[in-house]
Amino acid sequence: MIDGPPPHIRFDSRTGSPSAGEPPAGQLTGAQILCEALIRERVEVLFGIPGGCIMPFYHAMWEYRSQLRHVLVRHEQGGGHAAEGYARATGKVGVCIGTSGPGATNLVTPIADAWMDGTPLVAITGQVPSHLLGTDAFQETDITGITVPITKHNYLVTSAADIPRVIREAFHIAQTGRPGPVLVDITKDAQQERCVPTWDVHMDLPGYRPASRRADRAAMQAIDETVGALLGAQRPLVLAGNGVIQSGAAHALQRFAERTGIPVVTTLQGLGAMPHDHPLMLGMPGMHGWVHVNRAIQRCDVLFNIGSRFDDRVTGKVSAFAPHARVIHVDIDAAEIGKLVAAHIGVLGDARDVLETITPRMPVQPDRYTMWRDEIATLKREFAPRQHYTRPLRTAPLMPQDVFAAFNRVAHSRRDWRVVTDVGQHQMWAAQLIDWQRARSHITSGGAGTMGFAVPAAMGAAIADPTHTVWAFCGDGGFQMTSCELATIRQEGLTNVKVAVVNNGYLGMVRQWQQLFEGRRYSETPLSGPDFAMLARAHGWHGVTVEHAADAERAVSEAWAHHGPVLIDFRVEREANVFPMVPAGRAIHDMLHDEAHHEQLIAATEPQ
Amino acid sequence: MTTQVHTLIALVHDRPGVLHRIVTLLRRRGYNIVSLAVGRSETPGISRLTLAVSVDDATQVVKQLDRLVEVIGVADTTNAAPVVRETALLKVKAVVTALTDIAEQTLAAGGRVLDLGPEEVIVEITDAPEKVEQFVTAMRRFGIAELMRTGRLAMLRGRTPRVLEAPNDYRAQADGAPTEEAA
Repeated sequence: MIDGPPPHIRFDSRTGSPSAGEPPAGQLTGAQILCEALIRERVEVLFGIPGGCIMPFYHAMWEYRSQLRHVLVRHEQGGGHAAEGYARATGKVGVCIGTSGPGATNLVTPIADAWMDGTPLVAITGQVPSHLLGTDAFQETDITGITVPITKHNYLVTSAADIPRVIREAFHIAQTGRPGPVLVDITKDAQQERCVPTWDVHMDLPGYRPASRRADRAAMQAIDETVGALLGAQRPLVLAGNGVIQSGAAHALQRFAERTGIPVVTTLQGLGAMPHDHPLMLGMPGMHGWVHVNRAIQRCDVLFNIGSRFDDRVTGKVSAFAPHARVIHVDIDAAEIGKLVAAHIGVLGDARDVLETITPRMPVQPDRYTMWRDEIATLKREFAPRQHYTRPLRTAPLMPQDVFAAFNRVAHSRRDWRVVTDVGQHQMWAAQLIDWQRARSHITSGGAGTMGFAVPAAMGAAIADPTHTVWAFCGDGGFQMTSCELATIRQEGLTNVKVAVVNNGYLGMVRQWQQLFEGRRYSETPLSGPDFAMLARAHGWHGVTVEHAADAERAVSEAWAHHGPVLIDFRVEREANVFPMVPAGRAIHDMLHDEAHHEQLIAATEPQ
Repeated sequence: MTTQVHTLIALVHDRPGVLHRIVTLLRRRGYNIVSLAVGRSETPGISRLTLAVSVDDATQVVKQLDRLVEVIGVADTTNAAPVVRETALLKVKAVVTALTDIAEQTLAAGGRVLDLGPEEVIVEITDAPEKVEQFVTAMRRFGIAELMRTGRLAMLRGRTPRVLEAPNDYRAQADGAPTEEAA
């Protein structure tokens, strides 16, 4: 470790940054090298906030501003989620920036979020000068230590010469295999140090071997077994997850389903992999999945899981999950196969490659499983009347399902939209009720369940692709966690962001659990907000309030047409619930269908 | 399946923080570490470690470790009957009358007497972990003032499996240039 800044660096006494004297030919500062390295990785946008230890980077960024767009967020968490939204909309790596100490710790939540959902993210943080490392210096935090369990990998860089290799490795790791976050912590002196960069760098990653795109011999054997299992199945079912979206396998999935006639369910993160109205698309399973979808899983004899990680919100009680099924698990991450649900056949590989290898080997039999599909259709008819949004219980002038119905009516005539949801009741309503059509049109915080995700992630998605209108659906609780980013969206002049607050004056999902399982003890869940429309207007947005179902569609339509950011405050029924629901820890067929069903069950168990 | 001690061998990239990553992973996933021994391997830049974990099924431990960027290869050696050795240093309380007894028992167990103090002796034993355990138990009747164990070191018999081989470019460097120790 070097002791103090290298002697050849001259400092400007006023700013503490390297002076703009005549540098020797070919030499760049670490900060300039970092800018060039990012440009070489085809980075276009950075989301961040400057601060002491990252100042040299911002100083250099000024010279590269025609190539690197920087979005000044209001809180680093928002910057991280914006980078996630950018990544989820495009499949490219999102980049966020923070300074040392609190700047870095504010990035922890989005890094953890990206870790859980496999989102390619590179977080760059400033660090105190290397001679101060380990001394509890001002704004020093051991961010590499903190983020070890929530990153694919991380780096502490103390020398400018290492920056080209580290940035190359960081982007490589973030976007290969199961994508995920990589953090690069760069000391202030490494940003200031001058050297001649070497761009012909050799990645030194002897231990990093992501599953190869082309199936190897073991995978080919597993694929043979998969084909055999599918050919022998009477009641096969595809469970498609985020892996299908990430590998660009949506079309491959649809071709497979249409050729074989095998019906498909998609997880929360797989929504959009099949159009909602495709005859082979059943919907979403799990805690708030439709009854017939969960029953289909419990009845199937082969469950063909492609790129889903059997999250507990999908499986419910694992020991009772898909009890009759031979499980085939396709995943790019070996550690996911057999982690939660034992796989009879594990296929290590990329979802698209595997599907494209298997499909031509399957006979063209689109009508082979008519009996099985009829059985599911019967279940759907039997339970549909109880899936209460199709027969809304009207207890208020504006029900949450009215909001999504209005959105669908407007969205049907358009193709150019994405929806970003936050976390809670509205997230589940959106998943259940929005008519998903395309991959990457649904972006949500699934694994981590991060409230406050939607507004900044929508900003990132809107910047990534200005041709699409991005709707952020939030609850009133989550919205207030990151609503400061309304100012960023305004400052950036984004016109394609619309926010819909499904406002029920509660932390609604927690309230629902309190109602159903804790005797209606609404402990610390009611919350009052400001007038959100007025708040939006204070940020230079257009803001409207909707209180009646009859006004919902017009509000959505006008917001869509408005050339500028719009927030709609939908004042919905305060105590609407998300149904159906699998109570935590129960088998997925053991569902509460609606409120009346729940009351019946309670009455049946109470002593007479 | 019952909980048993699995002995894993891993080859890791020798970088700052690699041990931290391994230990953090084991803690976070709830694996109980029985022992962990780590040191330089025959190839510069690569370390080899022996990890003993108490777990029902080591498959997940192996996969999770392998997922770390700096872990080059891992193998669960439990069913391959590897050579396993552990070293223990014991400071045994020794009244004069017991000295001969301690020394005899140590030599009989294949150990060595390293230091003879006025009131205690330091002895060393290197053997299979069960043998070390037996020896420690035997010494307890004299009274053990300090016990220090290395944890187990394991090595597979015969040809090194592919997963535990250092990458070619690292081995080429090792063959071409003198190692740090030799230099």
